[in-house]
Parts: sequence; C-alpha cells; structure tokens
Amino acid sequence: MKALLLRDLQIALRAGGGFGHGVAFFLIVCTLVPFGVGPDTAVLGRIAPGILWLGALLACLLSLDRVFSRDFDDGTLDALVTAPLPMEAVVLAKAGAHWITSALPLVVVAPVLGVLLNLAPATLPIVILSLLIGTPALSMIGAFGAALTLGHRRGGLLLSLLVLPLYVPTLIFGAVAVARFGSSASVTTPILLLAGLTLACWAILPFAAAAAIRVNLR
Amino acid sequence: MTLRVSALNCMRGDLPVLSDVTFGVTPGQALALTGPNGVGKTTLLRTLVGLQPSDGGSISLAADQFAYCGHANAVKSALTVHENLSFWAAVYGTELRDSVLVSLNLASLRDRLAAHLSSGQLRRLGLARIALSARPVWALDEPTVGLDDASRGLLDAMIGDHLAKGGMAVIATHAEIAVAADVLDVSRFQAEPPRRMSEFDEAFV
Repeated sequence: MKALLLRDLQIALRAGGGFGHGVAFFLIVCTLVPFGVGPDTAVLGRIAPGILWLGALLACLLSLDRVFSRDFDDGTLDALVTAPLPMEAVVLAKAGAHWITSALPLVVVAPVLGVLLNLAPATLPIVILSLLIGTPALSMIGAFGAALTLGHRRGGLLLSLLVLPLYVPTLIFGAVAVARFGSSASVTTPILLLAGLTLACWAILPFAAAAAIRVNLR
Repeated sequence: MTLRVSALNCMRGDLPVLSDVTFGVTPGQALALTGPNGVGKTTLLRTLVGLQPSDGGSISLAADQFAYCGHANAVKSALTVHENLSFWAAVYGTELRDSVLVSLNLASLRDRLAAHLSSGQLRRLGLARIALSARPVWALDEPTVGLDDASRGLLDAMIGDHLAKGGMAVIATHAEIAVAADVLDVSRFQAEPPRRMSEFDEAFV
C-alpha cells in the first residue's frame, strides 16, 4: 500500500503527471473572480471564503477521472486486483495520493490567493484549517465516483454529476466555518462536522469503491 | 498441489461463454489453451484468477495462487523499467533480483523510461512481473504477442524454469510454446447460446 502511494506520487511528479493542473485552475478562478465581481473590496472580502472553497473543490474535481482510469487502461488495475493487496487498500492509497498531489497544493496556495480576494488576514488560519480538514473528504468521495464510472467512455461528465451533490455538505460546512469566523461566531460546530464528514468518508467509502471496481472489471 | 478445474461455467457480461470446462494441471506441467478468436480463452483465464465470477463449477486453487498477465502489460510509462518492477516486487512482497531482469534480457534497459520501450520490450517487462510474483500458477494471456524469436526463446526458458521448480502454467496462445506440451482446445466447451433472452436484457447486449 505504501509502495502504491509512493509510486503514484512519483508518477504525478514526473512530466505529464498533472501535478500542477489543479493549482493552475485554482489560480485562474481566484484571479478572474475579482474581475468578474468588480473592484469593491468589501464585497470581495465577504465572498472570498466561498470562492476559495469553491475553487478548491472544482480544482479537485479536475483530476478525479485520472484516479483509476489510467491504471484501468494499462492493465495495472487487473494486476492489482489479483495481487495480495486488498482492493480497499488500493482505494485508500489512490485517494491518499490524489489528496497529496491535487488537494494539498491547493491548501498551500490558498493563503496567497486569499490576498487577491481581499480575504481578511486574520481568517487565514481558519481557511487553511478548514481546507486541510475538508479536502480529504473530497478526494475520497472523488475516488468513489471514479471507481463507479470506471471503464465508461467519457465517464468524466458522469463522474462530475455523481460527485458534485456529494461534495455539497463538505462545501457548506467548510465555507460556513470560515464565514462564521469572519463574523466572530464560534467555528467549533462546522469544523467538527467537517471532520466528521471526512472521517466517515474515509471509513466507509473504500469498501464501496472497492466493490464498484470489482464489478466494473468484469 | 495440483490445479483441478471441474465443470466450470464461464460468463462474459451475463452471457455464458464456456460451459463444463474440465481440466487438470499438475506441478511442472504447462497447459496451452487454444481455439479461435473470441471463443473464451481470455474469459477462462480471467475466471481462474478471480477477475470474473463463474456460474457454477469448481477450481481447486484459490485466486491468490495465480499470477495473471493479460493483454495489457500493467506498465507505467512514466517510470523506468527498474522502478516498474520494484513496485510490483513490493506489492507481491518479493525481492527484485537481477536474475529476473537478465532472464528476459531487460538488464541493459534497467534505467530506461517505459515510455521509450518498444512493444516487444514492454511485453517482456509485463512478463517480468509474473516472474516476480512467486505464485505457483502462471495464467498468461497471449504472452508471445509482439515478441521476436529470441524473446520467445527467453519466455520459453522462463516458463521452463518455473515448471522445473514445480510451478504450473496455463497459457492462452496461438503460437507454439515449446514447454507447453499439453494442448486444450477451448472451443469444445463452447456454451449454448441462451435460448430466451428477456427484452430487458436484450437492450443491454
């Protein structure tokens, strides 16, 4: 399982691995929003948490169809299913690799892009915290969606449609946590709910995703 | 330990492809599966290794006794030959010895990216994974595709070595495999087409 995680990171970092795609997309969203909304800093500051969360979520979505499809195409998935590694562990490693290569860079650049959106500096820690706690759920839900749509031609659209509604709770609690912090309200509840969502996803979805992969390989 | 398959029914999708497949393989024996295209050789191999469910029948060995190499090579083009193999060695919990690379003439390609290999070289790399698996039964699907005569010789030697150690092999092939003395024509097990198909199923066929 560790070998699989390391291999996926290695592939992502090599040329054509798609390591920078998500960050580039996140950058585009956060740069263009001020142009679209207008230069009113008060408005920008108010919507900044939502935009950051939305941008991160869409950037995550961008790389989801690659989670299993490449391994499916080149026969690696067949070999992994017949290998001594349980499929659930494969899903965990794959979702983990997706989080490290696609979501973690977003968490790192979010403070910088927050400046573009006139995000109050005091709210930066809570933005980072909420993204750190919330994005693993996005990766695992995404891996589940990718497992469900495995082997379907042009499965990307179906994947987005399947996954987006499942992303809504994470988005709501993430953005609410940041917004409540901005208005000096307690953030404990949304952060705890966010953490609960993430933990539940990582506990339950590997089994569902593994079952979906086994069915789709037939 | 012998491989004994009895009255196995294989399906592709929900359609029966082969029925009543019965054969046995003893240690040191390699069995070649032959038959025209589409008869179900791949389906039979995938059923043996547990990638597809069977519809009745029995296989004496569990799926984790098989090492399966399908049409695709399970090779990552962004990694080198050595990185590809050491990954599989880690997955199978075995050690990557240089002898595996040498036996398939991959030693000189050790640090080359798989993206820069020819299709025959990729096939050899794919087959090297099987040698790493340390499993008693090799299930190989068209292993000679893309291989030149010299490489086929290497493959023969590799399988022969596995058999000499008491291993078994089931090989779907159209080519001659010198070490596989026993040949099973899969077309004799061809399943009857289903007599009646409901309209609901028909929409998906």
